[in-house]
Amino acid sequence: MAQRAGAIGGPVASGAVFVLILAALVAVTSKADWPVRFDASDWAVLRFTVWQAVLSAVLSVAFAIPVARALARRRFAGRGALVTLLGAPFILPVIVAVLGILTVFGRAGWISQTLGNFGLPPISIYGLQGVVLAHVFFNMPLATRLILQGWQAIPAEQYRLVGQLGLPARTVFQTLEWPMLRQVVPGALALIFVICLTSFAVALTLGGGPRATTIELAIYQAFRFDFDLGRAAILSLLQLVVAGTAAALALWILPPLVLQSGLDRPLVRWDARGLTHRLLDAGWIGAAALFLLLPLGAVAVSGAIGLGQMPSSVWAATWTSTWVAVLSTVLLVVMALPVAAWLGQSAKGSAEAITLLGLAASPLMIGTGWFILIYPVANPQSFALPVTAMVNAMMALPFAVRILVPGMRQSFADYGRLSRALGVKGFAMWRIVLLPRIRPRLGFAAGLGAAMSVGDLGVVTLFADPEVATLPLQMYRLMGSYRTEAASGAALLLLALALGLFWVCDNWGRHAER
Amino acid sequence: MKYLMTTAAVLCASAAWAETPVLKVYTYDSFVSDWGPGPAVEAAFEETCGCDLQFVGAGDGAALLARLKLEGARSEADVVLGLDTNLIAAAKETGLFATHSVTADYTLPVTWADDTFVPFDWGYFAFVHNTDMTPPANFRALADSDLQIAIQDPRSSTPGLGLLMWVKAAYGDEAPAIWADLSDNVLTVTKGWSESYGLFLEGEADMVLSYTTSPAYHLIAEEDASKAAAPFDEGHYMQIEVAGKLASTQVPDLADQFLAFMVTDGFQSIIPTTNWMYPAVTPAGGLPEGFETLITPEKSLLLSPEESASVRDAALDEWLNALAR
Repeated sequence: MAQRAGAIGGPVASGAVFVLILAALVAVTSKADWPVRFDASDWAVLRFTVWQAVLSAVLSVAFAIPVARALARRRFAGRGALVTLLGAPFILPVIVAVLGILTVFGRAGWISQTLGNFGLPPISIYGLQGVVLAHVFFNMPLATRLILQGWQAIPAEQYRLVGQLGLPARTVFQTLEWPMLRQVVPGALALIFVICLTSFAVALTLGGGPRATTIELAIYQAFRFDFDLGRAAILSLLQLVVAGTAAALALWILPPLVLQSGLDRPLVRWDARGLTHRLLDAGWIGAAALFLLLPLGAVAVSGAIGLGQMPSSVWAATWTSTWVAVLSTVLLVVMALPVAAWLGQSAKGSAEAITLLGLAASPLMIGTGWFILIYPVANPQSFALPVTAMVNAMMALPFAVRILVPGMRQSFADYGRLSRALGVKGFAMWRIVLLPRIRPRLGFAAGLGAAMSVGDLGVVTLFADPEVATLPLQMYRLMGSYRTEAASGAALLLLALALGLFWVCDNWGRHAER
Repeated sequence: MKYLMTTAAVLCASAAWAETPVLKVYTYDSFVSDWGPGPAVEAAFEETCGCDLQFVGAGDGAALLARLKLEGARSEADVVLGLDTNLIAAAKETGLFATHSVTADYTLPVTWADDTFVPFDWGYFAFVHNTDMTPPANFRALADSDLQIAIQDPRSSTPGLGLLMWVKAAYGDEAPAIWADLSDNVLTVTKGWSESYGLFLEGEADMVLSYTTSPAYHLIAEEDASKAAAPFDEGHYMQIEVAGKLASTQVPDLADQFLAFMVTDGFQSIIPTTNWMYPAVTPAGGLPEGFETLITPEKSLLLSPEESASVRDAALDEWLNALAR
């Protein structure tokens, strides 16, 4: 079966990610002085890094499951908007999100002020609890979207059958929802674990000090404080190994898919119609909405004040960021589709771990490595935007693949044999069988990729050309020159641009649901 | 279309290049931004030099040095502007810099006699607070208070490293004890200055590590007199920002011309209200109105480049040990 979809493109794209990272790592290593310092304090850093990432991943997913379940079985005014906003926290620049979170949960935040009115002491956010809270704020919405898609993939016919049989919610959970969760949850856990593993500024700021040193901060220190490239390379490698091992483990325990096909009919939930269920679902949705919207609201309010003070260069940066996002989204789709098709047909999901490495690699290491590689041949500055687009696409790849693979698996399970029997292959396979089925997922993946690209500062700082700045870079520059209000305005613009691009793609995809 | 435009731009650029020499100056990011000194300095220098002055922004001071080390002797940079005294020793060690012959009537609180680097501005580190509170008079009083401060991580931030040197210069071997006492006053440590300052403006922190000149920004640019810097009686550590010429430059005369221009009024008068630091040579017109309201520390602290390089790693370990508990 040489004609299988993604049989060539999949390994090629995964291999490209691997080579991209490896080349950077080798380049950094080639400039290193040996031997490299690595001592007991590094193990403490590793322990903290892994521990906060585990906690963040588990709590994000645990919170996301009931929220996704509630969103899957309820229709209400504003549901579409809420589902779109679920993409928002994830793409906010770190500092903007942190300030938003602190406006609500901080020492002088809304909650502490309210408590103060009743004579109660303020809540203390700085510490492990703050790190985890922020990571849940960033990643719970993402987990919700991933799990929501799992719920929506359960064929409507099965719920109709359940309704006709009058099965109680517990039985429905055991027979329909639990097997789906076992498919979706390990991947979501692995993804969020890897994201939190590379956290740096969030962990440091909300962790309250050097107790909260992560591997990424140690890499940063090695590059700019010690200029010890060997140490930077070793630490980057350690980060890759931890992420790769965790991802491979999580994906390896994925159970094989249960064959369940439907006729793609609209969903009506005959179970879960009682008042208790409604109230419970409303409670979960309300809690999630408050948790997300309060900090986002704080960002929007302070941004609205600053909008009028933005210099014109912010608009130029907006344009730059837009086309970098479009370029990286195209790259992302070109890479993600064959990889997802390839993984969707393989028996075990462990190969997906390779794409996760793109996320686990330190952006500073990738940037420095490629700087070293490009510098002898050309001026790295002239490659600033292509490199940014490429790295953005690579970092979004694991998200896109995670979103697409379950859909691909399902499509191949349902229609693979029929397609083979009918001799549908190559481009026709994509056009007739795969793309229509995965369109909602593709829209979501592309939207997330575009939004991430807009929000990412990434490698661009090392290659930065003063004439062409991206929007996040421009925002940081404003902030670094006391222009806090104008920076808030730029942050709001950034949020709007990211959400706008996300909405366009996601809506294109979700249009197919109906 | 895009391609055509790019080609045209490249052709024009190379045509212009054939006539006018180019001077490449690597500097930190906020120097080149629209509201930093970069654009005005470029316009002022290009009026007289008959050259094309190009600024290249690269992170902050430490990132600048790391970039230079990556590029080595093949660097396109002619001048590097924006290192500070804590980085000078490491910068000299690279052997990439050439000596200069610039002399000026510096208005620095210390005498300047470095043969490689020319200072262009300076400031004192200080804790900035809102004027509705009475600030502590020194580090010990701060440690005894309930005040919460936001500081920057010395591993990732230049002012953060400055604070480390400040405590070291003021207290020497007692520094670890001071840090241990301060640890419950440190609300949090951030990656860079922007994050800390943002926390302070949000009202999260009572005081933030910044500069004595920070209140001038609020006063002059925002007409807001509600911020002040706390004078500490053990003295304030200084940051002197410098520029140097690369030995590998193809336009050494132009680079010298730039360094000489840097200490004249044309450059120095731009600094106070764009970089919000003190000029290295006070211009003929004096400092802008508002700067007279700033505190002037009774004692200036500064470790020499060699001292600062030799105590750096030990001071970092002391800081980590005190705050990681």
